[in-house]
Amino acid sequence: MKISMTVNGSEIGGEVPDRTLLVHFLREVAGLTAANVGCDTSSCGACTVLLDGRSVKSCTLLAAQADGRDVVTVEGLTSGPDDLHPMQRAFRAEHALQCGFCTPGMVMAAVSLLAENPSPTEEEVRTALEGNLCRCTGYHNIVRAVLAAARDGAASASPAAGQAAAASPAGPGRPA
Amino acid sequence: MSILGTRVVRTEDPRLLTAGGTYVDDVRAPELAAAVRATFVRSPIAHAMVTGIDVSAALGAEGVVAVLTVADMDDLGPPPPPPEDGGDDEPGGEAAPVPLGGLWAEPLLAVDRVRFVGEPVAIVLTDDRYQGEDAAELVSVDYEPLPPVANAETALAGETLLFPGTKSNIAAMAGVTGNGSAGDGSIFDGCDVVVEQAIGNQRLAPVPMEGRAVAAAWADGKLTVWVSTQNAQISRFILAGALGLDPDAIRVIAPDVGGGFGAKIGIDRDGLIVAWAAKHTGRPVRWAETRSENMTGMTHGRAQRHVIKIGGTRDGRILAYALDVVQDTGAFPRMGGFLPSLTNLMATGPYAIGQVQASYRVVVTNTTPISAYRGAGRPEATAAVERAVDLFAAETGLDPGEVRRINLVPIDQFPYSTPSGATYDTGDYVTALDKVLAGAGYAELRAEQARRRERGDVLQLGIGLASYVEITAADAAGGETARLVVHGDGTATVYTGSSAHGQGHHTVWAMLVESELGIPMADVTVIHGDTDLIPAGVGTYASRSLQLGGVAVQKAAVDVKDQARLVAADLMEASEADLELDTERGVWQVRGDPATSRTWAEIAGHAGAEGLTAATNFTEGQPTFPFGTHLAVAEVDTETGKARLIRHVTVDDAGTVVSPVLAEGQRHGGIAQGVAQALLEEMVYDADGNPVTATLVDYAIITAAELPSFELLASETPTTVNPLGVKGIGEAGTIGATPATQNAVIDALGHLGVRHIDMPLTPNRVWAAINAAGENGGSR
Repeated sequence: MKISMTVNGSEIGGEVPDRTLLVHFLREVAGLTAANVGCDTSSCGACTVLLDGRSVKSCTLLAAQADGRDVVTVEGLTSGPDDLHPMQRAFRAEHALQCGFCTPGMVMAAVSLLAENPSPTEEEVRTALEGNLCRCTGYHNIVRAVLAAARDGAASASPAAGQAAAASPAGPGRPA
Repeated sequence: MSILGTRVVRTEDPRLLTAGGTYVDDVRAPELAAAVRATFVRSPIAHAMVTGIDVSAALGAEGVVAVLTVADMDDLGPPPPPPEDGGDDEPGGEAAPVPLGGLWAEPLLAVDRVRFVGEPVAIVLTDDRYQGEDAAELVSVDYEPLPPVANAETALAGETLLFPGTKSNIAAMAGVTGNGSAGDGSIFDGCDVVVEQAIGNQRLAPVPMEGRAVAAAWADGKLTVWVSTQNAQISRFILAGALGLDPDAIRVIAPDVGGGFGAKIGIDRDGLIVAWAAKHTGRPVRWAETRSENMTGMTHGRAQRHVIKIGGTRDGRILAYALDVVQDTGAFPRMGGFLPSLTNLMATGPYAIGQVQASYRVVVTNTTPISAYRGAGRPEATAAVERAVDLFAAETGLDPGEVRRINLVPIDQFPYSTPSGATYDTGDYVTALDKVLAGAGYAELRAEQARRRERGDVLQLGIGLASYVEITAADAAGGETARLVVHGDGTATVYTGSSAHGQGHHTVWAMLVESELGIPMADVTVIHGDTDLIPAGVGTYASRSLQLGGVAVQKAAVDVKDQARLVAADLMEASEADLELDTERGVWQVRGDPATSRTWAEIAGHAGAEGLTAATNFTEGQPTFPFGTHLAVAEVDTETGKARLIRHVTVDDAGTVVSPVLAEGQRHGGIAQGVAQALLEEMVYDADGNPVTATLVDYAIITAAELPSFELLASETPTTVNPLGVKGIGEAGTIGATPATQNAVIDALGHLGVRHIDMPLTPNRVWAAINAAGENGGSR
């Protein structure tokens, strides 16, 4: 079937088999390989992206379900490695990533969390990230990073905060 | 001031955070542009003869390029025949090669029988991944079931043998005496108190977030293999042997690797099949396993049964300790055949115990093969002895902290040689214990525990201790390579034989260059994991990277500095002895005269077109022995059996700390995996050898919601066996945290009469133990 969606502000379309998962559409049609597949049971969250501003596990949706909708992946948070979103900055400052495989999903889940709850407690962060698995960090520094980003007001820099912000490829997520 | 020991953030992170890493399945190399997808047909049965494989239906399915079985592997030549004298019919013994060959050899695709659920039987190549899953379903395999050997007990009984021609399922053994365990018990003569306990150390799935992944392309007589591995060079060696190729005809690339934890050492059987398929068909092939495949196809870890016996005096002095290990190594004796020798070596842990007997047997079962998993034989040793010490303390009525203090190797005894043959380099075990007790507020915790017991609270408090010593860079003599080039523009490139999969090598190797040469980290490029660029290297396991690979970088830098001095003398027309390197500014100058300074660009440029180059292979004279103490505080609901870790306080002393940020990160991750083993995780098989925890829904991998933040205390006791004074820190967490957490939960129930519960300490098990203790007359 033919589908089309906005991915990180750009229109991406293609002819794909009906059963194509959103994560495979992103990785193989859109060429955005940051979202990873870490399980086949919607358990790990390595594939987490924002769909119309809310975090979803992109292995659990068909690409067709995103037809005509707005997707933001970690690549769309900023313009590149020299320009970190406050959440990415906090992840780096707090050493919240090691191998990096869960990181794109973890960052998007964290961005989504702060959009819903701009100043969570440690317990709220831990509960909110229960659906995102990390085998390297013991979550200790991830939790610290999310709390630090919240203190720095990351929620207001989030594309999850509004559809409008996510519509511009270079703009979303830049620190004010 | 040196950058070493300071809190530097990682150079790897901006890329990983904004674009994601480039893992094998992300590689878009031109050689892979026309790649087909590989999908395995795997055995759904634990033990069976394979009597027929019909691929015709699959061949006709949409997108199918090839369906390959062992019958297509004629280009590899026949497998080597068993030795004429019957060869390996006896247990391999202490010096058994790993993996075992001969009658115990592991094929690539299954030949005439399958020995575990998940064993590869055929491989399907298709244009896309979804077609592969469909076509694999159409491969029809006839199995004639054999009796399953689903666990170590059945294996030892020996009614069914996994390998025809052998006399038992015991693949290796050491130290076992006539009665089937260690010694005759005479070492306990003269002990006032003797306690014996059978202890399980359950099978775990490593679950790196990236599963196994391989891509391979064969062109112009050269095989290029991208593999998610901890060791590119070892992978090349294994590939060359398996495929009958000259190593020079193979290039192995380890791109970003999404975690390994010991389960990605080298390249395994499935990866070899993918590489063979690319060579066999001439088509580039990609494979990235699904998690369900990973849970049975990737090696598992631990899977030991222990019987411990500990004896000593009423006032807390431990005099004798015996440890018998049965290692379930799964269907083939891969590295699991070697792990219990490390468990035996480290049997007595940090304690000065005069009389020791240790033994092991390695048995094959119809389950996924066992290999290294974070700690690899040492967490098992620590778990056994730390349970033993707590049981001994409970029997004597002494405080577990006090019993440890009495028996820890004292500081004036180093280097300390153990009865089991290890030589501990440096340590200060008592201080580590005391720091943790003070840092945790041990006395107040015990007081709170007493109050809750007094009140009969539903939520009881447990305090668990684990003092440990472990062995890192066990293969110290294997060494590690580094090559350092300082270019004519003043930048530097490090080629390291070590291999990163999250540890932060690129950051630390650059720190070492900056510290030694004054070339800023930002101007240092680190390259790893490409055998065309780095033909010689070992890679990463056994917490060896910094103490071998890091020291190699430092030594290469010293070598470059020596060369630079000569070049600078020539360039500056000064005597070598009068020159100095100002590492703050990264310039050479006549001593005390900054006006004369010359940059690295000028020096390296003057040295010639190639700049300055130094290559080293650093070996250590012996392994190093990090140590520490963990204290876990657990809350246990005595009505439901639910146990929760609420605090975790540790000292992990791995010598000099080069990067505090990364060392803490290693500790955090290891602690979480240790707590996970203690409370949650277990790879379970039923009596027929069917895995019942083969997805992340069923396998209870630990999440953020089940852990507290950790309380890490600092301690640095340098080693003398390398110039940086560093030991390994990668595995300390699992080694200390697992028994500390287990001891904490059991400690919470001590007043109810509970003495031991096997891991994982699930609510069901804890609840059952509380009730069993109650029935046996424990007070409630």
